This record gives sequence, structure tokens and C-alpha cells, in this order.
Amino acid sequence: MSKKGIETLVGLFVLLGILALTFIALKAANLASFGQRDGYVLQARFDNIGGLKARAPVRSAGVAVGRVTSIRLDPKTYQGLVTMEIDRGLQFPRDSSAKILTNGLLGDQYIGLEAGGDEKNLVAGDTVTQTQSAVVLENLIGQFLFNKANDAGAPAPAAPKK
Amino acid sequence: MALIQTLGARTLRWLYSLGHAAYFFADLVRFSPAALRRFGLVVAQVHAIGNRSLVIIVASGLAVGFVLALQMYYALVRYGAAESLGLVVNLSLVRELGPVVAALLFAGRAGTSLTAEIGLMKAGEQLAAMELMAIDPRARVLAPRFLGGIVAMPILALLFSTIGIIGAWVVAVLLIGIDAGNFWSIQQSGVDIWRDVGNGIVKSAVFGVICTFVALYQGYETQATPEGVAYATTRTVVVSSLGVLGIDFILTALMFSTP
Repeated sequence: MSKKGIETLVGLFVLLGILALTFIALKAANLASFGQRDGYVLQARFDNIGGLKARAPVRSAGVAVGRVTSIRLDPKTYQGLVTMEIDRGLQFPRDSSAKILTNGLLGDQYIGLEAGGDEKNLVAGDTVTQTQSAVVLENLIGQFLFNKANDAGAPAPAAPKK
Repeated sequence: MALIQTLGARTLRWLYSLGHAAYFFADLVRFSPAALRRFGLVVAQVHAIGNRSLVIIVASGLAVGFVLALQMYYALVRYGAAESLGLVVNLSLVRELGPVVAALLFAGRAGTSLTAEIGLMKAGEQLAAMELMAIDPRARVLAPRFLGGIVAMPILALLFSTIGIIGAWVVAVLLIGIDAGNFWSIQQSGVDIWRDVGNGIVKSAVFGVICTFVALYQGYETQATPEGVAYATTRTVVVSSLGVLGIDFILTALMFSTP
């Protein structure tokens, strides 16, 4: 085969590779969502973050409005300190509240941001003060059993009195 | 006593061959920049190694995508998670199967042909003739093939993964009837471009180095007889396959051990 023919074929081969990479990057990976990375940072403290992970979405009314950027333990209060990035252009009132919610029964956990009624808005670096921790199933079951035992145990001490 | 002597002799021989291979590898790396200047030779090798492997890579990628989608659907539908079929197929292809299976096919398709070619060049004393003309065969013959293999391998692995994902799309969306929007959006939220796709490309480049190096080394060090070439070709497939699988374990542990 002529030199030009081989060069054209190799060019096609490399082009195919680039096309494959673009396809994976745009259609089958998260490159497309990189564009809206530009945002401002908010923090929130939770007593228990449950299974929340970095890069989990932040949703308001179910609509994705940002991402969790980092999670660490606050060494003073022993609470989970969650840093999140909210899309620029979206403002939330100062008394907004943050909850850790679960997507369906077995799904990933995310932060639900509920707008409050304050006239002033949260600005970059602010902390969301009203938070609600993740529901930990073990605690829930423990509480339920405890209540059950209380209900069953309450009339028992009265019995020997008579 | 004789037993200990045999053990010592074997260890020394093993160390010697290891050092020999390391020197050979260093030579390939040393001659590679010079080979880049004769770019036409590299291009011709990318054609011989890459383009000619396209058919087997595309066919295998499609088959793996089909089968993976069908089998994963069987398991996922029990938990009502059939929607995440695309994500499972995508992650396993991009992280593992794409680079590894493409490298194994590469060793069988391109590695053997490299070994046989170099081995026969040696048997026909073409390499010796080059040396007589003061041309280093490592610079003129081996280095362009080495570079060609390193360029071709990541592209082949990417094509394998892409075709596999398209195959999974055919099965999941067209045959089974999973919603196309969910199929793609779950992948987009679950696959990270750097962590998953990027590491997969790094893996396949490493496998390209291993497979091409083993093939060239076996060819260059072959006994210059028909049996020798046959033996070297077999060793190419065995050594590069085991090397790819072993290195893959180490790379996976390094790249993906943290959640």
C-alpha cells in the first residue's frame, strides 16, 4: 500500500479513538456536568451524616442545585461538617434548612435544601444552621424496640401491688 | 549439595535473564526519541498493529457488551435495579474489561505477529546484516514497533469500551426496553471522567508497554530456528497475558482501593 494510504488509515484509526473518548466523556460519563461547577460554598453541621459521600447531589424541591464537595468531622463540636457548592445564580434565604435524605429505599443519600422565609440570603461561606441528620435505620429500630418494651413494661410494676 | 547448587544456578539464571530484559527495555526507551524523528516508520507500525487489530477488537467489544448486558439484567431485575444496567456495564468495561480484554486480544493478535516477524528477521540474518551496515536494528526495527504498540493499545481499549457500551445500549434499550434517558443519565451521574475513564486509559497504556515489550523481547532473543520462533511466539502470549493480569491487579489496587 502507498505511504499516503497508510497515513490516511492511521489518521482514521486515531480519529476513531478520539471519537470514542468524546463519546464516553460526553454521553457515558460526567464531563457534561463539569460545566456548571462554578458556584459558591455553603457549610452545614450534622449530628450524623449517615452514608452521605463527597460528590453527592444537593437538591432543593427535588431539583439538583449543587454538590457536596467535602465531609469532615468538626473537632470542636464532634459533628459532621459538610461543605457543599451551590450553583451561582441560585440564592437561598438565611433560615433555609438542610436535611440528609435518601433517594428511594436503597438509593444514595443526598442533601435536601429547603428554602426558608428570611429576606436576607445566604452568602458564600455561610453555615446553614437548621439541619436534620440522616435517619440511621439501626437507631430507628432501637428506638422502636425501646418504645415497645416501655409499653409492655409499664403496666407490669403495677401488677404485684395488689 | 547438588540440590543447593541447582537452586543457586537457577536463581542466578533467573536474575541474569531479568537483568537482560531490563537492559533491553532500557534500550527500547533510549532509542524511542530517535524513532520519533523517523515518524513514517512509527505510522506504518501503528497501521500494522492498530488498524489491523480493529476487526477483532470491535467484534469482541460488541459481543462482550451484549453478553454483559444480558447477564447483568438477569441479576439486576430481581432487585428492581434494571435501570442501572448501563452503569454496571459501563463501569466494568471502562475500568477493567476494556483495558484487560483488549490487551489479551492485543497480545494474541499483534504481539504474536511482532514476535514471529522479529524472530524470522533474526533467523534470516536480516538483523545481523543491518548491524554490518552499522544500523542498530534496535533503533531501526524495534523502537518504531514499541512506540506503535504504545500508541495503538489505549485507542484499541477505548474503542473496545465504547463498542461494548453501544452493544449494551442495543440490548438494554432496543431489546429489553429500558428507558433510554435513564440508561444514559445514570451512567453520567455514576462514571467519573478522571477516576474511571482516565485510570482505564492509564491502565491500557501500561498494558501496551508490557505487551509490546514482551513481544519484541521474545522475538529478539529467539533461537534462530523454526522451533525457536514457535516457542518464542507461544511465550509471548503466555508471558504477556500473565503480565497483564498480574499488573492489572496491582494497578486496580492502587487506583480503586479507596472508595
